[in-house]
Amino acid sequence: MTGHTSGHEYDAIVVGGGHNGLTNAAYLAKAGLRTLVLEENDLVGGAAITEELMPGFSFTTFSYALSLLRPEIIHELDLVKHGFLPLMMPSSFHPTGDGDYLLFGDDHAQNLQEVRRHSPRDADAYERYHRDLDRVCQAIRPLFDHAPPDVFSKDPEDEVDVKWLMDHLGGIDRKTMHDVVRLLTGSAADWLDDYFEHEAIKGYHASSSIIGSKVGPMSPGSGLVLLFHKMGEHDGHLGSWAFHKGGNGGFTQVLARAARAYGAEIRLGAQVSSVLTDGGRAVGVVLEDGTEFRARTVVSALDPRRTFLDLVDPRELPLDLVDNIRRMKFRGVSAKVNFALDGLPVFPALPDTVDHYGGFLNIGPTIEYVERAFDAAKYGWYSERPFIDAAIQSVVDPDMAPPGKHVMSCFVQYAPYELRGSDWETERESFGDKAQAVLESHFPGFGDLVLHREVVTPVDIETRTGLTEGNIFAGEFLAPQMYFFRPAPGWSRYATPIDGYYQCGSGTHPGGCVIGAPGKLASQRVLRDLSR
Amino acid sequence: MIRTTPFHERLSELNSQHLYTHWQGQLSPLRYTHAPKHEYFAVRNSVGVFDTSPLYKYAVTGPDAERLLAGSLVRDIRTCRPGRAHYTAWCDDRGFLMHDGVVFRHSADEFLLTAGRPALSWFQELATGLRVRLDDVSDDYGMLAVQGPRSRAVLASLMPEAEALAYFDHVPAKVADASITLSRTGYTGDLGFELMVAADDATAVLDAVLEAGRPHSIRPFGEEALMTLRIEAGLPLVDVEWHDARLTLSDADCVTPPELGLGWMLRGVRDGSRRFVGSEAIRRELVDGTSRWATTGIVVDPHDWDRLYREADLFPPKSEHPLPYESMLYHHEGVDDDRTEAGYCTSFVYSPVLQRHIGIARVRPDLAATGTDLRLELAVNHHNTTVRVTTTPMPFFDPERKKA
Repeated sequence: MTGHTSGHEYDAIVVGGGHNGLTNAAYLAKAGLRTLVLEENDLVGGAAITEELMPGFSFTTFSYALSLLRPEIIHELDLVKHGFLPLMMPSSFHPTGDGDYLLFGDDHAQNLQEVRRHSPRDADAYERYHRDLDRVCQAIRPLFDHAPPDVFSKDPEDEVDVKWLMDHLGGIDRKTMHDVVRLLTGSAADWLDDYFEHEAIKGYHASSSIIGSKVGPMSPGSGLVLLFHKMGEHDGHLGSWAFHKGGNGGFTQVLARAARAYGAEIRLGAQVSSVLTDGGRAVGVVLEDGTEFRARTVVSALDPRRTFLDLVDPRELPLDLVDNIRRMKFRGVSAKVNFALDGLPVFPALPDTVDHYGGFLNIGPTIEYVERAFDAAKYGWYSERPFIDAAIQSVVDPDMAPPGKHVMSCFVQYAPYELRGSDWETERESFGDKAQAVLESHFPGFGDLVLHREVVTPVDIETRTGLTEGNIFAGEFLAPQMYFFRPAPGWSRYATPIDGYYQCGSGTHPGGCVIGAPGKLASQRVLRDLSR
Repeated sequence: MIRTTPFHERLSELNSQHLYTHWQGQLSPLRYTHAPKHEYFAVRNSVGVFDTSPLYKYAVTGPDAERLLAGSLVRDIRTCRPGRAHYTAWCDDRGFLMHDGVVFRHSADEFLLTAGRPALSWFQELATGLRVRLDDVSDDYGMLAVQGPRSRAVLASLMPEAEALAYFDHVPAKVADASITLSRTGYTGDLGFELMVAADDATAVLDAVLEAGRPHSIRPFGEEALMTLRIEAGLPLVDVEWHDARLTLSDADCVTPPELGLGWMLRGVRDGSRRFVGSEAIRRELVDGTSRWATTGIVVDPHDWDRLYREADLFPPKSEHPLPYESMLYHHEGVDDDRTEAGYCTSFVYSPVLQRHIGIARVRPDLAATGTDLRLELAVNHHNTTVRVTTTPMPFFDPERKKA
């Protein structure tokens, strides 16, 4: 293909306009690089988009809430100036399956009373639990916010980083270190058993242990997923979540405005076919339509499969890397079922209030309920009674729906990417019916409120966002796929074996969620290499 | 005996917390729910209602009403046409501030003045010999603030007058068959209105507003949310930013209008063409440049804030509840330890919409220029330290919709 490159010269090209690609581009542009973002869809945001599927109803098609975003990024990219507005989620609601509920809010003492209403014994356990978890988060936060040291390198500079890591780990007290290991290797169920006796209280805390992952709360590894979600913070509250104004698509629009304000150019509908290399170094990219763009730095915000196996010729890469990426586990198990509603659902025990709809509605009463929902996924089928993490965002942000109407985002598990004996096109509405039946059982009359239903299967996630097998984290949160193994041993520091070619997606450290850290850390790596 | 406002009966039904302050002897909710920050976001993102009835309300009427107010208010009431309102203040004869308030002009000789503290005798003494009548009508009316980006849509569905009402204009209107005064005023720095309603009609009017607001997620907000909002709006509060000059023992607790950032009210003072109580002292202050302080916003460097706490193994607090005390400001001239007092911060809070800690401060006038680096004193792990702040203009938060 002959290139027509005039006017297509940049310092850096970012492939993929998801939130990490935009973050990366904003930092590179801020540092003075002529930066181009190439996004395949007609809308930036990747898996963090908001779409108006019905007039006046804004759907968060995929990602739907904010917590993990590193607070430094808000300030360093001046996001408030561009419209950053995280809205408080004032409550968290957990039906206990027997008509009763757990309702948590912003008042710690009231939360203790709510726990005590179900189990007097669990009230002070609730305080101890959060203190212990906070200490774990404090201990590993520095690891979260720095590129993983290269423990395999003998370079003196890398050895300094390794020493920093070892010194830091050495400073963690015995109990906290033990808790870290128990969470990173064990199951959420075991961890929660050490604190709580009440099944619904355990169920409530276990919900974040399975998000996006092919594990049940009883599986070893679910502790890691729980811990990862607890690493977020909102306005100084660890593990706290917010709805961005206009949904997570509202947030990525903010990022796009910031990136543009720093001088980045964003091209939509630009599907990159491959990265151009010359003598083992990246020199640009070529689009599906043959258009070429030239730059000394190319950053892939796509997941590791696409970064290493699609965008470049794997034959240019070391065999062990290719092998590791091929073996990397994706296995999406999550789906979305989004509703436009004619009014608010009614929870029979709370008929006259809306205050329980201010945040997540956690439909997975007990660990056993969620574990049984997981069982089906092990054998290639979706849950008969799925776990649902729902959010009626229009309660907190009325601009998401016409007055009096509502949008409801439902994150539904388990929905394995590969179905045994059928496919997702066939099962789409049947799966949607299962999710809706669960909602109907907790909110009688729910079905009468439904104006529109959108079922987003794992295949849809893959097709529309490019996330392999619909895995929302661009690679599962398994211990062998985290930290200096993410995405592969030896390649966790955002560079690749091809000079000038970098990775900044959620498949790199620290990982998925709307977090921005991979985009930021990768930009630091790029800028450091360029300054040498 | 603590009193209740005309809206209390209905609003207390919506209050799940039963936490009240005694605002000028009347019950005033601190918050309605467990989450005052959610009430705050009602104002910043949808619509909230606040019961501001405990304000004192004085009817000022008669042929000399304008003359009385022109001679006693800092801002020139003669420029306020009927149908307009002025945010204003009044001083003692040393030019020290007593109170602030809003004056509504209903006609050539009819005014209504609101005040945070009682002030009837002060105005009565100044009215001696004038053809003016002063009535305390505080108990005759309830005042309901309806604030937030959706306030106009909610109120316009009840009364067409809300649609085009300009900032600080007011107009008679009818809600639920009750006559009210609708004004484009408030204490939140956002798009907002206030409804002045006869006490007997208060419940009916409130019900109509709540019903109209339901599809817009309307909710009542309490004093905690109001404090965050008013600091973001850069609005001073009596007994926080200053004290009534007639009640203080020390001039250090008093401020003049220029010192409080109210210099914009002072048209005609410097050249002596306008006279009111305290104007001569203020004129000398302006001419001689003797202001002790300048009021400015300060904004905390978020990296420095986080660093201070993280280095102490603490989680950096970001509280939307204002500090209940003043904090000193320092200026570092040259070397780090060489610090001099630069002023003090009277209100300090984390702003959720700005994602920054902000403060209303008074600093030495030579340090008030926008962008001046100062240090704010605070204690971390029970040791005094300082955090980097920068002076910035107020309001901190000033959306276009406020005046649009």
